[in-house]
Amino acid sequence: MDAMRKTLITLGTAMLTCSGIAWAGPDIQHWEAESGARVFFVESRALPMLDIRIDFAAGSAYDPDGLEGLAGMTRALLDTGAAGLSENDISEQIADTGAAFGGGTDRDRTGFTIRTLSSQTERDAAIALAAKLLSAPDFPQAAFERERNRSIAGLREALTRPATLAARRFSSAVFGDHPYGKESTEDTLGRITRAELVDFHQRHYGARNATVTIVGDASRDEAEQIAQLLTASLPDAGPPPALDTPAMPERMLERIPHPSAQAHVAIGMPGLAREDPDYYPLLVGNHVLGGGGFTSRLTQEVRDKRGFAYSVFSFFHPHQVRGPFQIGLQTRGSQTEAALEVVEDVLAAFIAEGPTEDEVQAARDNLINGFGLRLDANSKILDHVAMIAFYRLPLDWLETYTGHVAEVDAAAIQDAFARRIRPEHLVIVVAGGDGDRGPEGDAASEAATGGAGAR
Amino acid sequence: MIRPTLSQLTRSACALAAGLLLAGSVQANPFETTLDNGMKVIVKEDRRAPSVVHMVWYGIGSMDEPDGVSGIAHMLEHMMFKGTETVGPGEFNRRVSAVGGRDNAFTGRDYTAYFQQIPPEHLEQMMMLESDRMANLKLAEDLFLPEVEVVKEERRLRTDDNPRALVFEQLMATAFQGHPYRRPIIGWMSDIEAYRMSDAQRWYDDWYAPNNATLVVVGDVAHQDVFALAEQHYGPIAARDLPDRRVTVEPAQRGPRHTVVRAPAELPFVALAWHVPTLRDPQQDRDVYALQVLSAVLDGYDGARLPRQLVRESQIAVAAGASYGGTGRGPSLFILSASPREGHTVAQVEEALLAEIRRIADDGISEAELNRVRTQAVAAQVYKRDSLMGQAMEIGFLESVGLSWRDDEVLLAGLRSVTAEEVQAVAARYFDDTTMTRAELDPLPPDGSPRRLPSPALRH
Repeated sequence: MDAMRKTLITLGTAMLTCSGIAWAGPDIQHWEAESGARVFFVESRALPMLDIRIDFAAGSAYDPDGLEGLAGMTRALLDTGAAGLSENDISEQIADTGAAFGGGTDRDRTGFTIRTLSSQTERDAAIALAAKLLSAPDFPQAAFERERNRSIAGLREALTRPATLAARRFSSAVFGDHPYGKESTEDTLGRITRAELVDFHQRHYGARNATVTIVGDASRDEAEQIAQLLTASLPDAGPPPALDTPAMPERMLERIPHPSAQAHVAIGMPGLAREDPDYYPLLVGNHVLGGGGFTSRLTQEVRDKRGFAYSVFSFFHPHQVRGPFQIGLQTRGSQTEAALEVVEDVLAAFIAEGPTEDEVQAARDNLINGFGLRLDANSKILDHVAMIAFYRLPLDWLETYTGHVAEVDAAAIQDAFARRIRPEHLVIVVAGGDGDRGPEGDAASEAATGGAGAR
Repeated sequence: MIRPTLSQLTRSACALAAGLLLAGSVQANPFETTLDNGMKVIVKEDRRAPSVVHMVWYGIGSMDEPDGVSGIAHMLEHMMFKGTETVGPGEFNRRVSAVGGRDNAFTGRDYTAYFQQIPPEHLEQMMMLESDRMANLKLAEDLFLPEVEVVKEERRLRTDDNPRALVFEQLMATAFQGHPYRRPIIGWMSDIEAYRMSDAQRWYDDWYAPNNATLVVVGDVAHQDVFALAEQHYGPIAARDLPDRRVTVEPAQRGPRHTVVRAPAELPFVALAWHVPTLRDPQQDRDVYALQVLSAVLDGYDGARLPRQLVRESQIAVAAGASYGGTGRGPSLFILSASPREGHTVAQVEEALLAEIRRIADDGISEAELNRVRTQAVAAQVYKRDSLMGQAMEIGFLESVGLSWRDDEVLLAGLRSVTAEEVQAVAARYFDDTTMTRAELDPLPPDGSPRRLPSPALRH
């Protein structure tokens, strides 16, 4: 087996060298499986391994009201029993094939990932097992109760951390009653029953609601068989109804007390959809503002010049409909107001004046010249292609990416930020930092009178 | 620049290139040389995509620091981005960014490393920048003082507000009393507050020399080209005498030790640590491999013994795990940890952890478990080749802990050859409470826990 693997590696390395000379993005093959699942395949023979990702439109946005946490729990319980196999059978079989299963849920998606050796015995065993977990989960009552208890314990623990408190309040304030604002609580987790898991699986884990992305050492024929095997026995269910665009929140500032040394600050509002006319101006602009790491304006002003934070950043997280735009940082409690003031100044100046042409050039250079680096491993290709697949983006999305970035100029960025990032809709959440303020600290009393925060 | 249209032109050259590489030297990969000034250069060709990782590893970490300036290795790492005689503050990051790259650095107990990931045509510029700051760093007070504040924020974020991190900091400080592993990598807060710029300057002057550095390059490169570039850019920097390394040997522990951290949290947590061997001779140190297998049998996969027994079956814990690396310049700990489920105590999960070790010491492990660990190790050997960064990290890490990238296969063979009897033997030998340190998180009562108070929304 070792000798065979070496031959495969040698062959693969040689063949892939060529596509490496001028990398135009992966060659994505696309078809619909007999099951109705949409399949996306990138053949890559360099390594004797295969990465697969199955996505369903079954994220937390589809949690029924009052049962928040259901999507996540359904995903987490898939490997606790399926097709009569016990939880221990399943974990031992996964380990015995050398495979790794992963995935999770976000607002839009439930994902299931498989990484396996491409040798036939191991690969077939891993895929047959994954098909059972996806299609015939048993959701055993005992495992369900145990995992629900663990989820509640985990939530209680997380709620003792200022980072969690800030993130949850930020999300619910930015999205309000929109499904993107759903957060599980002890109550909603406690209300979930095994029957709800069965029902959620039946309604959302349908082949017609699935995308299958395959990257690695397989032929087209093999990929077709794999996709069909994984989806043939899924429930009969199609995509859920489309989500509404989130409404804009009213400007607010909320403080959450916590005895931590640092205050965790989150500032933002609904931002970008995956398909959005302002996608590229906001992407390139955010690179200048706070997405470009060490070179961004926020890092220069908050970290480099003033030493206010170790980490300060901004991002757009594009979703099916507008996902969050967020600025984040952590700073010692007693200097929260000073740091907030700097951030608001940077943001206000950026919206009012936009970036300089030099800054835009630097951002374009990084995004365009670094394009190949974001696709230099099977795992990275998998993530990008699965995203294209799930959000129904054009198959040439990666190939046209650098061209779109190249067209963005400072005026387009300033225009897009001025229209889209509106101060009257900005949500500001500050959690913790009380441990760095005196017992009758100025900051604390300011908060009580509502006078704190940026000017 | 990468344009879609170019790909069509080069595809026809594929067959030729494939033939060349097949006849070529894939088996010899990686490649190593040493410059005249003592700097080691290791290149691993991985030509799947136009991407290169360029890393310089310095053979110093927090374990080399004197008392009173703990964390100075990390502080200097931050200052390495603040400019040289010819490259202004922040310019390093800007140049990396301009070519499409990303860069960062990290400090460990054993090493300090700097890296950039860039398109291959910019490798030379990275070598210019990196060799420049190896020799010509320029420190300035007006940049140093704000960066000390940044590091204080980093410590608050990573450690002071993170109860589990506080537990592990105390665990190290208790298990090690003489060896410098007792100090946190980021440093004690009082030491950070007392840093002077001269401390950072001395650290740089003492240790940043080519004969204390290893260059690792992985990606779409030809090794001969990299060797030549390294000679050109790193070669001219003169070797220097390095200070003596006088590292205290940890005195033998003669009885159990305990430490408790009280901090705002919900779940209690306990970690148990034992002094165990570290790999020095990859051919001979069988106990290290056996301990690695023991760790994997306990916690190497979802249904491994600790999660199965403590979380799934008895359900006394919400989480349980084992950790042991077995490599490092300094001594090793084997650590078991768990959080009790509500209604259960730290004492109960602690007893259950110890019971799992005793069970293996008494009854051994099954062949199925052993095979499972071997299978996972072999698969991991394939999977790790997907990441350029991962491959570069592994080479640099092995070199930094006194091993070699050449040991990679020997390490895997060592792990695969472990017998059930050897695992049973190490479980019986190393887990006496005489050499155990126990660290516990005692969650602070609810008044220390968050309550969300209604606070006025502010419009402005």
